[in-house]
Amino acid sequence: MVGVLQKLSVAWRLGRQAVFRPVVQAGWQHVRNSSHFTYYPDTVPESHVIFGEDVGFGGVFRCTIGLQDKFGKDRVFNTPLCEQGIAGFAIGSAVGGATTIAEMQFADYIFPAFDQIVNEAAKYRYRSGNLFNCGKLTIRAPCGAVGHGGLYHSQSPEAYFSHTPGLKVVVPRGPIKAKGLLLSCIRDDNPCIFLEPKVLYRSAVEMVPTSDYTYPLSSADILLEGEDITLLGWGTQVHVLREVAELAREQLNVSCEVIDLVTILPWDQQTVCNSVKKTGRLIVAHEAPVTSGFGAEIAAAVQSECFLHLEAPVERVCGFDTPFPHIFEPFYLPDKWRCLSAVKKMMNY
Amino acid sequence: MKMLTNILSSVLRPRGAAGQRALAPFMTAVRGAGGNSTTEATFETRPYKLHRLEEPPLPSTTCTRDDALLYYRQMQIIRRLESASGNLYKEKAIRGFCHLYSGQEAICVGIRAALRSEDSVITAYRDHGWAYVMGCSVVGVMAELTGRSQGVARGKGGSMHMYAKNFFGGNGIVGAQVPVGAGVALANKYLGRKAICVSLYGDGAANQGQLFEAYNMAKLMNLPAVFICENNGYGMGTSVDRASASINYYTRGDYVPGIWIDGMDVLSVREALRYSIDYCTTGGPSGNGRGPLVLEVATYRYHGHSMSDPGTSYRTRDEIQEVRQTRDPYNALQGTYCWRRLGHCGGA
Repeated sequence: MVGVLQKLSVAWRLGRQAVFRPVVQAGWQHVRNSSHFTYYPDTVPESHVIFGEDVGFGGVFRCTIGLQDKFGKDRVFNTPLCEQGIAGFAIGSAVGGATTIAEMQFADYIFPAFDQIVNEAAKYRYRSGNLFNCGKLTIRAPCGAVGHGGLYHSQSPEAYFSHTPGLKVVVPRGPIKAKGLLLSCIRDDNPCIFLEPKVLYRSAVEMVPTSDYTYPLSSADILLEGEDITLLGWGTQVHVLREVAELAREQLNVSCEVIDLVTILPWDQQTVCNSVKKTGRLIVAHEAPVTSGFGAEIAAAVQSECFLHLEAPVERVCGFDTPFPHIFEPFYLPDKWRCLSAVKKMMNY
Repeated sequence: MKMLTNILSSVLRPRGAAGQRALAPFMTAVRGAGGNSTTEATFETRPYKLHRLEEPPLPSTTCTRDDALLYYRQMQIIRRLESASGNLYKEKAIRGFCHLYSGQEAICVGIRAALRSEDSVITAYRDHGWAYVMGCSVVGVMAELTGRSQGVARGKGGSMHMYAKNFFGGNGIVGAQVPVGAGVALANKYLGRKAICVSLYGDGAANQGQLFEAYNMAKLMNLPAVFICENNGYGMGTSVDRASASINYYTRGDYVPGIWIDGMDVLSVREALRYSIDYCTTGGPSGNGRGPLVLEVATYRYHGHSMSDPGTSYRTRDEIQEVRQTRDPYNALQGTYCWRRLGHCGGA
């Protein structure tokens, strides 16, 4: 009862229509105000299928709970343990006309499927002169550090895929964005890779509207406006940067502008460059190793576009150039202290 | 460090009634009481199934008292090691992932008993037992699990990445170790070592494409590679018949000959590996081996897939109990050991 009242009060405050509805309805909705990135495919008789390892019972992160019961085993089913097979299968299914959402159990396991994604999915439309395409394909994968993942349950592979024209790569920062972005990816006419930061499955709790809504891809969000320095990140790192902005304001009297890039490929160069032209300083932070991480692309583009506006070189605060460590994870991540230290350095440049 | 020492002593020193029963053969052997124990006995191996092979491994094998005691001790230590690891994980001294080998001990002990010092092993992430039999100390294994610098990989790998001489890990990505194992076999052949490489994988990994690539290359190039599927019936929570169109994993090499082995009997496993070593290093067109083999060892794991899996949502507790009571590997060895009078057991 309390939950119901809470939801209704949120609805009034936000001025949103029809936030609280019965669970079963056509279109996408969130099951409960929880932190899971759950979703329901269209109940309209379209041909959405979801498959991957263990998605039938709900998935190892419970993202697909209840879907098999609701939509049947021919639309929501398990595959054997074969990522390359899953990707190829999904590409074929999408090319054949079924809207396909394939799951890689962890982004670290996506590499056997790399050839299929890069060589088949990304190039289908181009190589067939638009006769065929696999725009109906979305691949979801949990990514990122989780505190105890070690080498193979913590990786952030967005940079590898950003290097492939023909794909879209999206990383949400929380449940509200996740639902809208996932819907956009599924409806987008291009193969999309949707990387979900796995630490946020439990730690991010937001009131998610039950209605259908989407967010535009390739549109970065300015979360906090500032004057002195731009902090750019995506996924979990956005929350770290928000803390850094707070610390910078308190300790250094520095006003930070925090941007969530949202889409890695194609990325919103306009928003980022406008911000850098205003502030003159940019820090890009990501968990992936620094060499050839996506921060490198951003730094190159920004210095090219905004050179005369820069007060200091573009700084990247990233994971180190090693495999993702087991016991050394706290030292490896670009935490708030490393980022704050970079802010200090740039302000004093 | 004190915690680590306490855990180690609990692993290495048996306690309670189970400990007494377990120690009984050791104790009577040491005391020399009961004059009618022999130093060697003959045992029947469990029946094998063959694929594209005419001759099976030997139907019976001999075992000395010392060897039987060694296998027994190794299996006991691995069982205790895994229990201790489970407890440490629950206390959060071990973080990350922890895949326990309890129930499957006969495989690593039996295979290691047949291997020579020049042979290599590579396996997946259920590797604590393997690390121990391939030479890592219990301290080294537990320190690695808890992320300490005395660990076998200096704390940098954790549970899934343990290494030793001729033991190439400990691999996190399912199936990736199999082509690597084929490559080690190539190196063995190229360098004229007359050694084999044993590549282990599970029933879940058996559906990875790269395994078939490895089988093909190994057969084409006549490599001394033994591919072994540790079939414990479940890939995480998926039973074999829900994941595989064919569950006869020893035939999945198709043109590569195969053997099915009862993996709960350490002597049957040992005998099959002796056969495999002979097959891979003798005979054939150049006298250097007849090519690869695909073995399937039928086994069972008592714990869940990993520490985050209770292991009871996809199988019944009755099933687990039944295997524990009727097919447990070291109970089997103890039973045969006592029966054959290699040593006295209390009351036998």
